[in-house]
Amino acid sequence: MSGETQTSAEYIKHHLQNLTYGQLPDGSWGIARSAEQAKEMGFWAINLDTTIIAFLLGSLFLFFFIKAARAASAGVPSGLQNFVEWIVDFVDGSVRGSFTARNDMVAPLALTIFAWVLLMNLMDLVPIDYLPLIAHAAGLPFLKVVPTTDPNATFGMSIAVFVLVVYYSIKMKGLGGFVGELTLQPFGKFGMPANLFLEGVNLIAKPVSLALRLFGNMYAGEMIFILIALMGASWAGATFGSTLLFGSQVVLSLGWAIFHILIVTLQAFIFMTLTIVYMDMAHQEHH
Amino acid sequence: MNINATLLAQTIMFVMFVWFCMKFVWPPIMQALIERKKLIADGLAAGERGKHELELASRRATESMHDAKQKASDVIAQAEKRASQIIEEAKNSAKEEGDRLVAGAKAEIDQEVNRAREVLRQQVAELAVAGAEKILRREIDAKAHAELLTALKNEI
Repeated sequence: MSGETQTSAEYIKHHLQNLTYGQLPDGSWGIARSAEQAKEMGFWAINLDTTIIAFLLGSLFLFFFIKAARAASAGVPSGLQNFVEWIVDFVDGSVRGSFTARNDMVAPLALTIFAWVLLMNLMDLVPIDYLPLIAHAAGLPFLKVVPTTDPNATFGMSIAVFVLVVYYSIKMKGLGGFVGELTLQPFGKFGMPANLFLEGVNLIAKPVSLALRLFGNMYAGEMIFILIALMGASWAGATFGSTLLFGSQVVLSLGWAIFHILIVTLQAFIFMTLTIVYMDMAHQEHH
Repeated sequence: MNINATLLAQTIMFVMFVWFCMKFVWPPIMQALIERKKLIADGLAAGERGKHELELASRRATESMHDAKQKASDVIAQAEKRASQIIEEAKNSAKEEGDRLVAGAKAEIDQEVNRAREVLRQQVAELAVAGAEKILRREIDAKAHAELLTALKNEI
């Protein structure tokens, strides 16, 4: 609770605002001090919190995995290596199960997605006010801790996946094959406009659903954490009501955090699995 | 909540991370996993082979023990047979020796008897001659009747 005078609505909004860097109304470049300012910055602005936290988490992932990969040998694995190999084996199993073509890029892609998204989602379990309070003390107006609650992050990944899907569709089936897939099914060549519409929606729905599913789940989870946190915010001295609310916050936060561990892992897994499936569809002649 | 350049930053980071992962993480770990799989499979196969060999060896050991037992009992049986044979032979030879000794003794006895008889005969003849001489001293010349006496002696 970063201010004495905040209302509940302000508290919620404050938590849902990214730290945005862009061109301010007066023409200079800097950090937006309010949601309106951030909005006015248009497209050429960057959410520093999302970008930096995502970068740090991705680097963390690569740091440990490259460390394990350097030390990897056929001998008895050490603790870190064992853990890394367990995850790699799990991802490899998923890829083998869903991806039938041969492409050495899909498994590393899936591993990166799983590990990175999982780490970004796990930021949700850091108590909701800790990092924003530290940021506030450092003079930053906003800090949204969980990168996957920023649609920019989820769409950024799903667009990359989408580009890969289109790239491999064209590479595997040729441009004609890809266009044919879009226009000649399911009604044959005389139903071309209807086919294009249906298949087009189908194609566009892939990255959109991929991004929105992850974003929606994490956003909703974050929102519930915020709402739970509000219970204790109404502290008004050691009255029965305040104590009850405070106690409820503790219990509910714990309960939701435990449940959220499941969602966090599940969403990372779903993002990975769907990517594998989309890549598999891109490699196949018929779907 | 605004869509902005973060989108591009995120995409670029994503591609970068995937590339790093593909280049430096996946191949060595996969390599190690495959190698270890092979190592484990080899180890298991070797263990299986060892177990099989042990089984064969123990079977061979049982067989050779069995053979040895068989041989030993054969040897014992042969030895027993040989022993009884030797005893039999010894008995026979002892009996033969005894028989021989008895025969020898008998022959000696016979010889002694003959000799005694010879002596006796001689003495009887002499006695007879002496008696006859005594009787006939007066009437017959000993020299004239010697031929007759010798013939008589041989008859006895």
